[in-house]
Amino acid sequence: MISLAGRDILQSWGKFVFTGVGLGLLIGVTLVMAGVYRGMVDDGKALLDNSGADLWVVQQDTLGPYAESSSVADDVYRVLLAMPGVAQAANVTYLTMQVRSADRDVRAMVVGIVPGESWGAPGWPPYLVAGRQITRGHYEAVADVSTGFSLGDVLTIRRSHYTVVGLTRRMVSSSGDPMVFIPLKDAQEAQFLKDNDAIWQNRRRTEGNPAFNRPGASEVLDAVNASQASSTSVNAVLVRLAPGAVAQDVADSIRRWKRLTVHTRAQMEAILVGKLIATSSKQIGMFLVILAVVSAAIVAFIIYTLTMDKIREIAVLKLIGTRNRTIAAMIMQQALALGVIGFAVGKITATFAAPFFPKYVLLMPQDSVAGFFAVLVICALASVIAIRVALKVDPAEAIGG
Amino acid sequence: MAGNGIRIEGLRKRYGSGDTAVDALKGVDMYVAPGEVVGLIGPSGSGKSTLLKCLGAVIDPTGGRMTLGDEVIYDDGWKVRDLRALRRDKIGFVFQAPYLIPFLDVTDNVALLPMLAGVPNAAARERAVELLTALDVQHRKQAMPAQLSGGEQQRVAIARGLVNHPPVILADEPTAPLDSQRAMAVVQILNEMARKYETAIIVVTHDEKIIPTFKRIYHIRDGVTHEEPGEGKLPGVVGAAFP
Repeated sequence: MISLAGRDILQSWGKFVFTGVGLGLLIGVTLVMAGVYRGMVDDGKALLDNSGADLWVVQQDTLGPYAESSSVADDVYRVLLAMPGVAQAANVTYLTMQVRSADRDVRAMVVGIVPGESWGAPGWPPYLVAGRQITRGHYEAVADVSTGFSLGDVLTIRRSHYTVVGLTRRMVSSSGDPMVFIPLKDAQEAQFLKDNDAIWQNRRRTEGNPAFNRPGASEVLDAVNASQASSTSVNAVLVRLAPGAVAQDVADSIRRWKRLTVHTRAQMEAILVGKLIATSSKQIGMFLVILAVVSAAIVAFIIYTLTMDKIREIAVLKLIGTRNRTIAAMIMQQALALGVIGFAVGKITATFAAPFFPKYVLLMPQDSVAGFFAVLVICALASVIAIRVALKVDPAEAIGG
Repeated sequence: MAGNGIRIEGLRKRYGSGDTAVDALKGVDMYVAPGEVVGLIGPSGSGKSTLLKCLGAVIDPTGGRMTLGDEVIYDDGWKVRDLRALRRDKIGFVFQAPYLIPFLDVTDNVALLPMLAGVPNAAARERAVELLTALDVQHRKQAMPAQLSGGEQQRVAIARGLVNHPPVILADEPTAPLDSQRAMAVVQILNEMARKYETAIIVVTHDEKIIPTFKRIYHIRDGVTHEEPGEGKLPGVVGAAFP
């Protein structure tokens, strides 16, 4: 038996190809949307992987440092280093801001790390693609290549200038912003330091406060002013465990004795995926549903129109003894062929378009496979209306009168 | 294969029920022998199309009896389970317009019926080409319907009606869209094919110019048929009329 659907497609291939291309662009957008979601999850995992931490010690009762703000004293790490199972502990700060260089600025996550002797400490960029790590305590930076900065570029963060001494890759925040690493002290200053006017006003207020400005005790005022002008807080302490240590046990111990909140790797991943990007993923999910419905509507409309154009032929086919299932198969095969053309166009479009998106788009093979079968199911369902119409055609319509 | 042609006895068809019931056929009697071409004529609304639809097994008669070849197919109810297979294997159709499938070439338009009946593609195409040759249209066997002239399309439609060698062919106004020359050629072909394949052919027509070609004519008026002798004036050679 010949393929009626195949012959019809060959006869009107232009209509099918153009419709398929239109549908394909829609499917391409759908695949990219799925890729954006995957990219967000991957960014989140990359953030956790690249931090090199097994535990995140943050302010009590917070989901910090990525999902909520967190403030921890910067000497806590010393106490943690003394706890059983802890191999390394390092302070870290995170601040998302505009980083300027010459006449342009880039949105980046500025990460404060402890430079110098702590090579490879948690929080450090795990590898560089150019230059070197930060060795000085001030005014050096390592930037992700996606910032567009080059070695030797001078960056402006708040009131300070930093020279890019190293470049790294795939170091991004959970929202896809590239990272810029600077020394911890500078980062604390950038995060907590007030502007000159605010400092002056603060000093004036402190001087006016008799509790701080007591006659004959001017050192009290100096001490209060000094404490207001410096910061001793960090956002989190990243902990790397000793070999053989159980993350949950160490975390429980820190929670119990240090009254801090500790997140394990699994918990951090759950926070990032389940809370931080949950709204975005729901948004993308809604878009995917809408795109699927629109795709189904387009396929249904096209197949319905093509079927209505063939009503007389279908009546003749039925009159001369063609089985309903042969006619239904013809219509469904056409819908599936449209889906296959559309998917091929969509997959090619998504593959070529993905690198041009500002956010990381991760096209995963399993998503493509699932998308392919989803397209086939949608096309099959979309052909149902046309099939119902075709099966209702009375073969008597082929006979006049 | 052709057996005893088609015999219709007391065929009735009622549309609706109660006060609004309409008796479209009130007891039609008809017989067409194998190899014979008869005309079925009558004014609009006389029941021609209803009779054709009953004979074509696309609507259910209300009563009566129909015998196709040696088989009683209707006797106050269908005696065949699969009407679709009956239409495919035992009844050929030729329509007012050719209604060829636009996306199949000429050969596959004809070969489709045997293919639907389970005949292998190669054998079905062989049978189709044989008929196209008999109808002198074999040189267009690979053409698409849109590339054919009206006369060629009608000959392909006739080939399609004949391809499963049905005992009966129902031709519904087959010459309506054609000029006199081509209309006569179609009548010639129908007569020749009827003789060659021993097929009973019923031609429903309003076409005054072909009515004299029938040896027998059934007039249908108010749902009842009346048999009349025809003139039986058949013109010249098959195919000559088609340019």
